[in-house]
Amino acid sequence: MSDPMQEIMASFFIECEELHESLVDALQLLADGESDIETINVAFRAVHSIKGGAGAFGLDALVDFAHQFETVMDACRSGTLSIDTPLNELFLRCSDMLSDLIRCSRDGEDVDAATSTGLIAELSGYVPSEDEGEVEEIEFQPMVLDLGELGPGSDALPMDLPPLDLPSLDDSDETEAPELGPSDKARLAVEFRAEGELYESGNEPLFLIKALADLGRCETKLTLDPPKSIDDLNTLGSRLSWNIVVETDMPPTAVHEIFEFAEGLCKLNVVAIPGSAAALTKDVSTEVPVEAAESSAPAPAEAQSSNTPDAPAAAPAPASKPEEPAPIPKPAAAKAPEKAATTPPKTSPTVRVDLERIERLVNLVGELVINQAMLSQSIAEENIPPNSPVSAGLDEFMQLTRNIQESVMMIRAQPVKSLFQRMSRIVRESSAAVDKTVKLVTDGENTEIDKTAIERLADPLTHMIRNAVDHGLEDAETRIAQGKSKQGEIKLRAAHKSGRVLIEVSDDGAGINREKVKSKAMEKGLIPDEAILSDSEIDQLLFLPGFSTATEVSNLSGRGVGMDVVKTQITSLGGRVTIESTPGAGTTFAISLPLTLAVLDGMVITVAQETLVIPLNAIVETLSLSVDDLKPVAGGQSVLCVREQFVPVLDLGVELGYREEAPMQDGTIALLISPEEGVLVALLVDTIEDQRQVVIKGMQESYGRVPGVAAATILGDGQIALILDPNDLVQNATGDDLVITQKKAS
Amino acid sequence: MSLSVLAVDDSRTMRDMINLALRTEGFDVHLADDGEHGLEVLDDIDPDVIITDINMPRLDGFGFIDAVRLREDTRTTPILVLTTESSAELKTKARTAGATGWIVKPFAQDKLVRALKMVAG
Amino acid sequence: MSELKDAQTSDSASSTQTEYLSFRIGDSEYSVEIMSVREIRGWTRTTSLPHAPHFVRGVINLRGTVLPVVDLALRLGLDASEPEERNVIIVVDVGTRVMGLRVDAVSDILAFSDDQLQPPPDMTSKSRFVRALTILDDRMVRILDLAAVLPSNEEIAA
Repeated sequence: MSDPMQEIMASFFIECEELHESLVDALQLLADGESDIETINVAFRAVHSIKGGAGAFGLDALVDFAHQFETVMDACRSGTLSIDTPLNELFLRCSDMLSDLIRCSRDGEDVDAATSTGLIAELSGYVPSEDEGEVEEIEFQPMVLDLGELGPGSDALPMDLPPLDLPSLDDSDETEAPELGPSDKARLAVEFRAEGELYESGNEPLFLIKALADLGRCETKLTLDPPKSIDDLNTLGSRLSWNIVVETDMPPTAVHEIFEFAEGLCKLNVVAIPGSAAALTKDVSTEVPVEAAESSAPAPAEAQSSNTPDAPAAAPAPASKPEEPAPIPKPAAAKAPEKAATTPPKTSPTVRVDLERIERLVNLVGELVINQAMLSQSIAEENIPPNSPVSAGLDEFMQLTRNIQESVMMIRAQPVKSLFQRMSRIVRESSAAVDKTVKLVTDGENTEIDKTAIERLADPLTHMIRNAVDHGLEDAETRIAQGKSKQGEIKLRAAHKSGRVLIEVSDDGAGINREKVKSKAMEKGLIPDEAILSDSEIDQLLFLPGFSTATEVSNLSGRGVGMDVVKTQITSLGGRVTIESTPGAGTTFAISLPLTLAVLDGMVITVAQETLVIPLNAIVETLSLSVDDLKPVAGGQSVLCVREQFVPVLDLGVELGYREEAPMQDGTIALLISPEEGVLVALLVDTIEDQRQVVIKGMQESYGRVPGVAAATILGDGQIALILDPNDLVQNATGDDLVITQKKAS
Repeated sequence: MSLSVLAVDDSRTMRDMINLALRTEGFDVHLADDGEHGLEVLDDIDPDVIITDINMPRLDGFGFIDAVRLREDTRTTPILVLTTESSAELKTKARTAGATGWIVKPFAQDKLVRALKMVAG
Repeated sequence: MSELKDAQTSDSASSTQTEYLSFRIGDSEYSVEIMSVREIRGWTRTTSLPHAPHFVRGVINLRGTVLPVVDLALRLGLDASEPEERNVIIVVDVGTRVMGLRVDAVSDILAFSDDQLQPPPDMTSKSRFVRALTILDDRMVRILDLAAVLPSNEEIAA
C-alpha cells in the first residue's frame, strides 16, 4: 500500500491547481471591475487554503509567499486597502508566482527565489509583514503522523485514567482545600471555579480534571456554593469549584496548557508545592474576569430555559463514562429553522477517479464497439432478413453501444477553462516582454473537450498567443495612429460546432502583411519568384516549415518554433487549423478538433489486398477514374484534371510499398485529399469498403512511428487496419515540392 | 467506544489529513466541505466533538458555530476551531463565536488528539 | 500449449537453473528465457506495416492491442519460408515492449544453469542476436538476446 501521506500530498497538489484556478478567476473578475466582497473572499480563501496545506507538508517557500499574499488580500477583504489597477496587477503576478511555487514544490524543482522575494517585498509595501515575534507564533511545522500507534502504549486514552477521588456533593459545606501535608513529591494545587460561560462554550470540567489526572495522582475536592438567591438555583454550574492537588513534577504552566481553552471562562489558581525540602511558593495566580462578550449575553436565559447543563450532572459521578455527553433528545422542530435558511448546494457532487480506470473503461468500450462490428458482419454474412428479430436486436445493440461509448468519452471531457487560464498568463508575460498592453477576452470557457486534447493544446495555443502578441498586434503608437485603442485585444473562444470543438485565437491587430509574407517566402525559396498566389494561399505559407516573419528574432516568438509545428501538433490531434485575416482589422486562427481522441470517422478502403482506414475529414471527394483521366507528366508522375486544376496523383499501394508501380485500370478509385488549404492530391485505391467510426489504437508505444500512418484500428473481422495520416503520407511521398509545384501551376 | 468527530473544512487536503490523523487514533470521523454542509451532516449524526475551519465558502466558521449553538441537540457540543493564526484576537473571536477551543494549523497529530480529549474526553 | 505455465511453476529445478523455452526455425534450435514469454499463439495473418524493416511481418490484434510480429528467421538471416498455419507466434515481454516472434514450432522447456552456457565464439553482426550457446543431448541450443532481436528505434525509423 502506498504511503497515505504521499497520497494526500498528491491530492493536495491537485487541489492547489483547482484553488489556483478559482484564484485566477476571482482576480480576473476584480480586474474587470467586479467589486463584490465575495470575489475577494474567494481569492483570499484560495491562497489561504494553499498556505494551510503547504504548511502541513513543510513547504516553507510556498507558505511564506502565500502568507504575505494572503495578508495583503486580507487587508483588501477587511476594507483597509482598496484594490486599484497596480495592486490587481501585482496580485496577478503573485498568482503566477504562486502557481510556479506550487509546481516547483510538487516536482521538487528549485524556486525562482529572487522573483518570489521581490514580490513578497512588493506585497510588504502594502501591508508590512508582522514583526518577528508574531511570525514565530505561527507554528508552521510539518505535520507528523504516528500511524499504527494505537496499542496500549497510548497513555491518553480515557480508559487508563487513575480513579478520581472525588467527594460527593454532600460535602458541599466544606470549603477548605485538600490537606497540603508534607510529601516527598512535588505537587500542584489547582483551584478552579467554572463560570457559566464555560459550559456555554462546550467545555466540560470533567475532561479537564481527567486531563489533570494525566499529570499525576489527583486529590480532588468539589465545593458547591450555597445559592445566593432563588435565581441561582438553576445556574448550578457557576456555583461549583474544585480544589485539586496533583502529584507531579510538571511546572504550573502544564496546568495552564490543559486549561487553555477554559482560560477567561473560569477562575484558575495554580500553586506549586515543591517536595518536602523546598519552600511553598505561590507560583502563578490567574484570575481572569469573565469577558462581557456579546454573544454570550443571552446565556443565562438559555441556561434557565433548559434543564441544568450536563456538566454538573457529570461531575458528582466520576464513574460516568466519557462517551456519555448527556445527549439531549433531538426535537425535530429544532432542526427546522436552520434548514430553512440554508441554500441548496450549487455544485453537483463529484467523484474523483483514477485516470487509469477511465482508460481501462475506454479500452473496454472500444472492445465492445469492435465486437459489435464483428457481430454485425457475421449477421450480414448469414443473410438474415433486415426485419427479423435478430436484426432489430442488433440495431438496438448498436444504438446502446454508441450511447455507452459517448458517455464514456464524456468522462474524459473537461472544460477548456484551465487551458484558457494558462493562456491569460501567457498574454500577461508576453505583452510585458514586448512592452505592449494587451487584454485577453475569453469566451466559452466551459466548453468541454477530451482531457488529453487539453494537455496537448497548451503548446500550440501558447505559440499562437505569443505570435498574436508579438506579430499580430501593433505597438501602441501605431494603434493610436490607426485610430484604435492603445490596448490591444486578443480573443480566445471555444465552442461546440457540429460535433467538433472549435477554438479561435483572434487579435485586433494589423492583419497579415501579405506582401511581406510573400517576399519572405520567395527569399527563402519556398515559392518561385513569379508565383501568383491568392490571399488565402499566402496566409497558408505561414504554416510552411521553416517560415518565420519576424524580421528580427524577438525574445518572444523567436524560439525556433514556427507555425508549421503548431499545425503538426493540431493535426496529430485530428484537428485542422485555418487562418482568416483582414488587413488593419486583425487575424483569426481557428482550430477545429474532434470531440474525442479515441474514435474517428473513417473510410475503409483496400489497396493491394490490404485494408486501410482514411480519416473522413481528410477526404474532399471520391472519384471513379477511367484510364484516360490520368495525364502523364514526366518520370512516372501523373496528374488528374479536376475542375481545371491539375492534381498530382499518388498510388497508395506504391507509396506504402505494398506493390510495384503498375498501369492503372479502369474503375480505379481516386480519393481527393487536401493536405493544405487550396491544395489537392489524389490517392489511388482499389476499392471503398465502408464508411464508419473506428476505435483508435495507438501504435507509438508498441512499435513506434510509421511514416504516413497515424494509428491502427481493429476491424469487424478482428484484423488490424492501419489508419493513414494523409498529410504525412503526401509529405513523405513528395517532400514539399509537390505542393509548391502545384501552387506554381495554379 | 470511539469518539465521533465532525470535521468541517473547505480544503480537501485538510479534510484528508484530519481524517487520516483521527482514524488512525480510532476516532469515528465525519467530514463536511463547509458550514452549510456541516449543518446538513449534523441532521444525520450527533458527534461528540466538532472541528471547524473559519474561512469557508457559503457559511464560514463563525456562522457555522452560531448555528450549531442555536440547535438544541448541539448546544453544548464541544467545538474546536482550526486556524492558521494563533493571535490572541482570533482566539477571542473564536471564543466569542462560541467555540470551545482552537487548534493551530498545521497541526501535529498528538496536539490535535490532545485537544480533542481535553474537550470531549 | 497451455501447460507451459504449469511446467514453469511445477518444475522444481534447483535455484541456480534458469528455464528456457526452445523452438525450431528450420533445422536449428533456439531458446528464450521463459520468464520473458507471455503466451504462445497460433499463426494469424498480419497487417503489413509500410516502410517497416523486412523482418517485421506486420501487426496482429492481440486481444485489442496492436502487437508487432518479428519473423525470427528473417531477423537471424536464415532461409525464411512463407508463414504457414502450423507456425506459432511467441509473445515476449522485453522491458516495456511486447512483441510477437514468428517461429516454425515450439519444441521444449529446458533448464540450464549459468555455468552450462558458453558465449558464442564469434561476435559478428549476425551472431549478436545469440547471447549464449549450450549443448543438450548432442544438440546445440542457441539462447537469444531478445533486446537485440527486437527492431531498434533506428531500424524502425529507417
